[in-house]
Amino acid sequence: MTAAGQRKGIGVPLPRKEDARFLRGRGEYVANIAMVGMVEVAFVRSQLAHARIGAIGKPPGQEDRVFVMTDLADVKSIVADSALKGFKSSAQPVLAQRKVRYVGELVAMCYGDSRAEAEDIAGLVSVGYESLAPVVDMFDALQRDAPLVHEHWGDNVFLETRVDDDLREIRSRAAIRVQRRIRTARQSMAPLEGRGVVAFYDRRLDQLTVYSAAQMPHITRAGLASCLNLDQGRIRVIAPDVGGGFGYKGILLPEEVCVAWLALKLGRPVRWIEDRFEQLTANANCREHHYDITGYADAQGRLLAIECDAVVDSGAYSSYPFSACLEAAQVSSILPGPYRMEHYACHTWSVATNKAPILPYRGVARTGVCFAMELVLDAIAREAGKEPYEVRLANLVPPDAMPHVNITGKHFDSGDYPEAVRRAVAAFDIEKWRKRQRHPEPDGRRIGVGLAIFCEQAAHGTSVYFGWGIPMVPGHEQCTARLSPDGILELRIGAHSHGQGLETTLAQVAQEVLGIDPANVRLIHGDTALTPYSTGTWGSRCMVMSGGAVAEACSEIGRRVRHIAGKLLEVAPDDLVLEDGDVRVAGTDRSISLAEVAHVWYRAPQLLPPDVDPGGLETTRGYKTRQDTGTFSYACHACAVAVDTELGTVEILDYVVVEDGGRLINPMIVDGQVFGGTAQGIGTALYEEMPFDTQGQPLASTLADYLLPGATEVPAIRIEHMETRSPLSSFGQKGIGEGGAVAPPAAIANAVNDALKELGVEMLECPISPRRLLAALAEARVPSPRLSPTR
Amino acid sequence: MWERVGERGLSARSVKAPPFEYEKPDTLQTALALLAQRREATVLAGGQSLGPLLNLRMAQPKLLIDVRGLTELSACRDVGDAVELGACVTHAAIEDGGMPDPTRGLLRSVARGIAYRAVRNRGTLGGSLAHADPAADWVSVMALLDATMLVRSAAGERRLPAATFMTGPLSTSLTAGEIIVSIRIPKFSARARAGYYKFNRKPGEFAEAIGAVLVDPERGIHRAVIGATAGAPFVIEDASALLDRVQPSRLQEVVTAAGFIPGSYEHRVHVVALQRAAAKLQ
Repeated sequence: MTAAGQRKGIGVPLPRKEDARFLRGRGEYVANIAMVGMVEVAFVRSQLAHARIGAIGKPPGQEDRVFVMTDLADVKSIVADSALKGFKSSAQPVLAQRKVRYVGELVAMCYGDSRAEAEDIAGLVSVGYESLAPVVDMFDALQRDAPLVHEHWGDNVFLETRVDDDLREIRSRAAIRVQRRIRTARQSMAPLEGRGVVAFYDRRLDQLTVYSAAQMPHITRAGLASCLNLDQGRIRVIAPDVGGGFGYKGILLPEEVCVAWLALKLGRPVRWIEDRFEQLTANANCREHHYDITGYADAQGRLLAIECDAVVDSGAYSSYPFSACLEAAQVSSILPGPYRMEHYACHTWSVATNKAPILPYRGVARTGVCFAMELVLDAIAREAGKEPYEVRLANLVPPDAMPHVNITGKHFDSGDYPEAVRRAVAAFDIEKWRKRQRHPEPDGRRIGVGLAIFCEQAAHGTSVYFGWGIPMVPGHEQCTARLSPDGILELRIGAHSHGQGLETTLAQVAQEVLGIDPANVRLIHGDTALTPYSTGTWGSRCMVMSGGAVAEACSEIGRRVRHIAGKLLEVAPDDLVLEDGDVRVAGTDRSISLAEVAHVWYRAPQLLPPDVDPGGLETTRGYKTRQDTGTFSYACHACAVAVDTELGTVEILDYVVVEDGGRLINPMIVDGQVFGGTAQGIGTALYEEMPFDTQGQPLASTLADYLLPGATEVPAIRIEHMETRSPLSSFGQKGIGEGGAVAPPAAIANAVNDALKELGVEMLECPISPRRLLAALAEARVPSPRLSPTR
Repeated sequence: MWERVGERGLSARSVKAPPFEYEKPDTLQTALALLAQRREATVLAGGQSLGPLLNLRMAQPKLLIDVRGLTELSACRDVGDAVELGACVTHAAIEDGGMPDPTRGLLRSVARGIAYRAVRNRGTLGGSLAHADPAADWVSVMALLDATMLVRSAAGERRLPAATFMTGPLSTSLTAGEIIVSIRIPKFSARARAGYYKFNRKPGEFAEAIGAVLVDPERGIHRAVIGATAGAPFVIEDASALLDRVQPSRLQEVVTAAGFIPGSYEHRVHVVALQRAAAKLQ
């Protein structure tokens, strides 16, 4: 494309523009922001999981620095309802009112000139508690006589959903029937940067400005406006550099509302920076699922039906904007995964407990769903006496069935799912591992191989979310593009980039459309005052949706540039092409640069004819995919592990990912997404767990207790790409942001179970910790019925 | 570690330290005088355990006496049949060598396995011993080596044998006003062999189990240590029967004697740690 022959557009592994600041430690995060006169907030948090609140005593002399809910009487509770039939509404007061429903719930807000001073004050606040019996486990919560998290409900169920089917005929016909009880532990998301807020009131604009570590700033603004009874124009939310989102930073936190209120109250800048203790114990909880699942297959392992009862521990409140039903509703709609089957029945419960609300984490329900389905598929393979990959090949939706509407109505847009499995098996060289398994290892460990496959719906839109009726329904995604007087292209999007590399990839899209050097493209994002409305960054949607919007806006800029250049060069706009930053008369060397066109429009308008398009070089364009059911990327993860049966440890010896993200805008950035997601999935598989005691006390309060995978736990992951273009998106690209985190628990558990199959051990709960593994091995030594995870 | 937090309940914790006074004396004598005067003071060495405890407000000292930089606490010397290492020697300094090693490499390999390099750069031998976390390495290793803590206060000096130095989790036989000055470690004889095995969930994390063995025939030592217990390391002074021919049933018995419940996870992993430490002698 360029004179030097160096392409910089779509498909090029261009180094990330944002790395110039990130790799030098020059990012600008909320905690970097300090303002004159700023005060710092610390919160008094509930020490009990379930209690009525009596008197709250403010320390003498500090009364004006301590606030309780009655002081914030006008502030509305956070409500995130779903329109799904039977959903029960919860209202989360921003500071506890009458009772507390989980350890860590906010009870009072204190401020001081420093955080330490605010903490000193918080330490002096006395709270009278009348303790109530907590309901900690989701199955206890479903008991008839269980204590009630929300008394007026009459039970502890946010939502029950049902996909019914008549399985009687299948039950009598199926040669193979595997029934498993599968569980994923509660986790806590752990982005490098926690949450944080700096808020101040701008008197001139009569506007509350809120810097927040947010991935969906426009949604944060809508939520704040609703809680604070302000019109949205009186709030500006700015998400500066954000150190990892993963879903956690899409959530409106009560802390944000409190801090914003205090900034209005005091007329001074107010800051709260979440510490790791708050994040782990009170805020970033996720992932707790339970599946009673049965797979029916014929003697060859061909899947006939799946039947499942799934329970999700949603915690105490429905979080804004995704609501408490997101996980379980997803379970029932995506459990069949990439497979074909004749029948499907699924019953789900979203259960309220006295624990922190669970929030959507990279992959959302898909990680649990993939874990459940893929363990069942491996169990079927063992029953059928086949290699697990053979059973996958027999059941995956084949390429000639694409596009395919599956049993729950999901529209798979394109792809060759079996090919991903074949390529993973080849790259991984399964025969090599099977040979190695036949001989004892010198160190006594046992070798196992496992794989997992999933497909990932991304960038799904209006029709999907309207059906759920949650506070947020995505529509057209917009981009404002402006060619500046010096020929620099500004792109403004309402989504936010916090590791996705959008400052680079969207510049590559602009290059593809306008021929402009990505170095001359500036992305402006994360500021509600400067960008068009967007639901933000979630659901692996930005490369499809923001990418599409950028392409639309750039096309329009291109049309206008050609229009002006046509006037100046006295040729028809259709005879002009955009390349290398120039507008060229096709087939000639006559050209004018983008900068010259911009200069004329802004600074030398006398050169323009009277009939020039007055729209100029700035435009906002909206974009939707051709149909809004989402792109479907997919991947096969395969790994080999060595299991130490004496200590219960698992080492990953090899890990292969074959991923199809459609057309890759920047393959290097895609690799980064897959690496990062897979590392997080390894955490889910083997390390990360947020346990609670019987009183609902969270037991992992530091990163010494909450183990994250690090450099020594994440192997060198080998990635292969397929590039089946999506027929729905601008360039054939598909969303792949979450996928890496989906399959590792299933692939690793299947490998562990392969290693232990001769011992009669099957791990059905993650993380597969040494404690769990040794318990399962001990139980296997005593003949017993099918292993099941602890309840 | 989380079991302990649960028992205590989550009181009003944060990650900002409470107010405290801070002194950094120039000499050991000044430090000891200050300690004698202010019995409620806490000594700060590397701060790699105390720092987080302060920030979590689990430690709330009125006064911190910073002993880093006291030359009296960083000296190392060969004293004939033993080596004395200053209490403020860092784990990293031990890892990197460059000081007399009475154990022919054992100290270095243990140091290399402590937490992460950033922690080792600041964390100190004496600080770790005085903090007395049962899951820490040095409390078990010093018991294995039959080291002696040289301890001083304004009133004088005491010598505390490592085997009885730790009295429980986070508690030692140090009395108010006392500081560990150095640790005296007897030298291995020519045929001495040692084995150390730490089991943790991932490199750098707290130990779930520690097994350590030392056979030094010339000195008549056949010692084994079970570490990462509920309190002080469990020392088996005469482990010759255990080490001559490693028998699983015998290992089970000693781990039970160390306070672990047969059949429990903790029991299993301690048996394996001890077995693997013993296997290193072969």
